[in-house]
This record gives sequence, structure tokens and C-alpha cells, in this order.
Amino acid sequence: MLLLNASGCLDALTAPDVASSLDAFVTKTVTPEPRKGNPPVRIAETDFGMLNAIGLANPGREVFLAETLPQLRALDVPLWVSVGGFAAHEYAETCARLDNVTIELNLSCPNVDEAPESAAEIVAACREVTANPLYAKVSPHSWDMGETVRAIEAAGADGVSMINTLRGVALDSRLHPKLARGTGGYSGPALRPVALAAVLAARRATELPIVGMGGVCNGRDALELIACGATHVALGTVLFSDPDAPARVRDELDSEATRAGFDRAADAFGVAVDGVARLAN
Amino acid sequence: MSRPRRERLRVTGVEALGPYALVRVDRGGIDPGVPGQFFMLEAPGRVLPRPMSLCFAPRGELAFLLDPIGPGTQALASLVAGDCIHVFGPLGNGFRLDVQRPLLVGGGIGIAPLPYLAEALEHPPAVLGFRSAHHAEAAVLLPNAEVVIDPTLVTDVMPTDRDVLACGPEPMLEAVRTLVPDAQLAWEAPMACGYGACYGCVVEVDGELKRLCVEGPVLCSS
Repeated sequence: MLLLNASGCLDALTAPDVASSLDAFVTKTVTPEPRKGNPPVRIAETDFGMLNAIGLANPGREVFLAETLPQLRALDVPLWVSVGGFAAHEYAETCARLDNVTIELNLSCPNVDEAPESAAEIVAACREVTANPLYAKVSPHSWDMGETVRAIEAAGADGVSMINTLRGVALDSRLHPKLARGTGGYSGPALRPVALAAVLAARRATELPIVGMGGVCNGRDALELIACGATHVALGTVLFSDPDAPARVRDELDSEATRAGFDRAADAFGVAVDGVARLAN
Repeated sequence: MSRPRRERLRVTGVEALGPYALVRVDRGGIDPGVPGQFFMLEAPGRVLPRPMSLCFAPRGELAFLLDPIGPGTQALASLVAGDCIHVFGPLGNGFRLDVQRPLLVGGGIGIAPLPYLAEALEHPPAVLGFRSAHHAEAAVLLPNAEVVIDPTLVTDVMPTDRDVLACGPEPMLEAVRTLVPDAQLAWEAPMACGYGACYGCVVEVDGELKRLCVEGPVLCSS
């Protein structure tokens, strides 16, 4: 099992120690053109999670390849590059220029307009141009997770990541949206049951590696994702409140596995899959 | 600059200053940093910690002044001696202290970093603005400051031929900047992480979006 960060939840160049405490670092999503992102206010805490509407702020593909990527390589932590775009060919053009990294296609940012093509079409376009390991990060809004994952697998993906944030709204005391964009991506502990259900449905549909994420705060949360079929686990919102979370979660994972009756966390892989009724989504 | 650390620290006391709360914790192995730097304080029961600049650093302690206006700051103000919270810092860029004729300017809860700054600059003159006499009770933290209360504004009384170091609400900072273009201003924004991870705390300064936690919170406007 690899312990990763969720894309957009860590900047390895400002926090190299945190990135080095992970098994691999996942970059913020890279788009073909530079993006300033959404205007402030961009984040708002809610009772059980938080909303963000950053809007894929990034320096764009050219600056990423010329400046950011060499700096990231110097950190000596395996790299996953999150690739974004607004059409299949934009994703593919970035993938074609990446080497010696794992690619995670961001097919599910709730804070920007989506590409017109389906997830599978984007995966297929990228598969044609890269031999790098190719993961697809899918939306929890998918109506039929099994069907989505099967289509992504057929298009040539090497793995899937889930879940991205859920779209949400928070209002201030005067009933105005707290975020300047109005809506944002909802993350944090409230997402855990949604993430478990998504991973479980995906695991029934594929034997591909699955990166499970969504509200993981501790070792028990990570173990539950593994029990639902996650091969790897990513940390998101918890990194904001606890930059030491990677080491802590790894430590807790072993003791939580023991507490649940397993010798090792890996032995709990998939044990919950058969205990839940089969539903389309 | 001091390396930030995250430790679980014991609360040594919480006292009211007007509507504000002064929260003191054992310092542990955490460095108090430079005036204007900030710390992420775990707010019990909340998903995210809260960014607070250091108010002052009593021997072996760290003290934070906060305005309990939301669930996080209310949770912090409700702490009692003996409780423990995680504290992460010092973070961000503080005030430059190489100034010839410093003047401290604070508005409301924006006075929070000024006592520690006043100590570092050997107690220069200060002008503080508050919205009510009740809020102005916090001025006790800066004994020699000139205090004005709404509708009088700090910009009505402050001299403009000084090296201004200011913290307060955005309209006050904008007004101070108009009077003193090279003022050092400490800005504020909702912040999830405090260490550059979330990109949530950007503010637009002169048309550019800046991540306050790593490029600020103190920005020089000229």
C-alpha cells in the first residue's frame, strides 16, 4: 500500500518534509495554460468538512515542465502528476510530454467547467500517447461507479483514484454564499462514507489498483478504505490540520489492523466488499 | 528564520479583554518567531485549525488574542487551563524590524500582533482604533498607545511621516496604504493549512493573487 496526498492538498516545494513523509507526492493539477484560479474567498469550513473553490490555480504546462518538475524531481520522492484540461486533446498533450512519473488524470474537479468528452474518451486519448502508469481520478457524482470504472479500464487506464470532492454550498449569517464562486468542493471527514461506497463499487467492477481517499483522518479510516478494496490511500483535508498525518496514519494503520483482528493492514484488503448489497452506484 | 514545529501544548489560562479572549499556552519546544508571524491553533471540535498571530511571549509561554466571533474562535475562547491543543508555527513572514521611526497602527482584533512587535521595537508610538469603548479595553496590552473609538478612525489621527507597521481590517489597511504607501501591512484571510498547501488564503494585492501564509501575512505595499 502506498500512502499519498490528494492532489491539491500539499505543495511539496513549500513543505518538502511533508512530501518526503509520503510514499509518493501527487502534484496540484497542471493545465495547458496558466490559471490564476478563482477569486477569494476560496475556502470555508463547515461543521464536518470544508469547501474549497481554488479553481485549479497553477502556472500552466510550460512553466510546470521547465521549472516546477525539475525542482520536484530534486526532492527524491516518487512523483504523480495530476493532469487537467478542458478537452481530451489538452490532457493528451500534457501526458505526451511527461516521463518517468505516474499520471493521474483529474476528470472530476468540481470548481471548473468539464471537458465535453467522457472520462473513458479522455483516458483513451492519453493512453495513446503515454506509456507512463495512468490513473483516472473520477467524480463521486458518477451515477454508476461500476460502469464508469469498467469504461475507464477498457480505455487503457492502469488504475483509478477516488473520490474527488463533492460539490457543495455554504451560506454566511446573512444567507450569502461564503465562497466567491458560490459553490465549492466539499471535503473532510463527512466524505468518508461516500468514499467507502465509491471504492467498494469500483472494486466490484475492476481488479485495477484503486487509490482511495475522502475524509481520511487516522489509521482506522485508512483501514476501512482498504477493507472496501482500496490498494493505496491518499490524505487530503487532514494534511491542512496536521502536516504530521502521514507518519501518524501509517503508525495507526498497523495497530488498527491488529485491533480489527488482522496481522497486517494488507490482510484486510477487500474484506468488506461482499458484505454490502450490490447497487449500481 | 525559526523552523515551524507542531506540538500539543497545555493551556495555562484564558482571560477576557473586553469582547476578546487572551489564550495562553505553554511554549513547549516552539519558537515564538518574529512579530507578525502566526501559528495554527487547533480549535477543539472543528475540522480546521485557526491562524493567530502571536500577541506576546511571556516567559515559557505563547499568548494569542482572539475575537470569538465564529465556532472556531469560540471553541478556543472556551478553553480552560489544563486543556491541551495542537499548535503549529511560527509560520509566514513577519514584520521587518529595520525601521527608523516606527509607528504601530492597529484596528480592532488587528492589534493582536502589536504587543510583541512593540517589545521588539522598544515600545514605539502606536495608534489603535476600536469600534466601541468595550472593544478598546484590549488597548491595555499597549499601555502608551493613542486610542480612538469609532467614528474617529486611526487614519484621522496618525502621523504620516513615520515607518508604519499596521494590522487591522482590510478597509483600514487600504486607508493606511493610501496615506503611507510603503507601510508594512499584516493582512488576514480564511486559511486552512497555514503552510502553503491549500491555496485558500490568497488575497489580491495590486492585481496579484498572493498566498498570505507563505508570502505574507505581512506584505509591504510599495
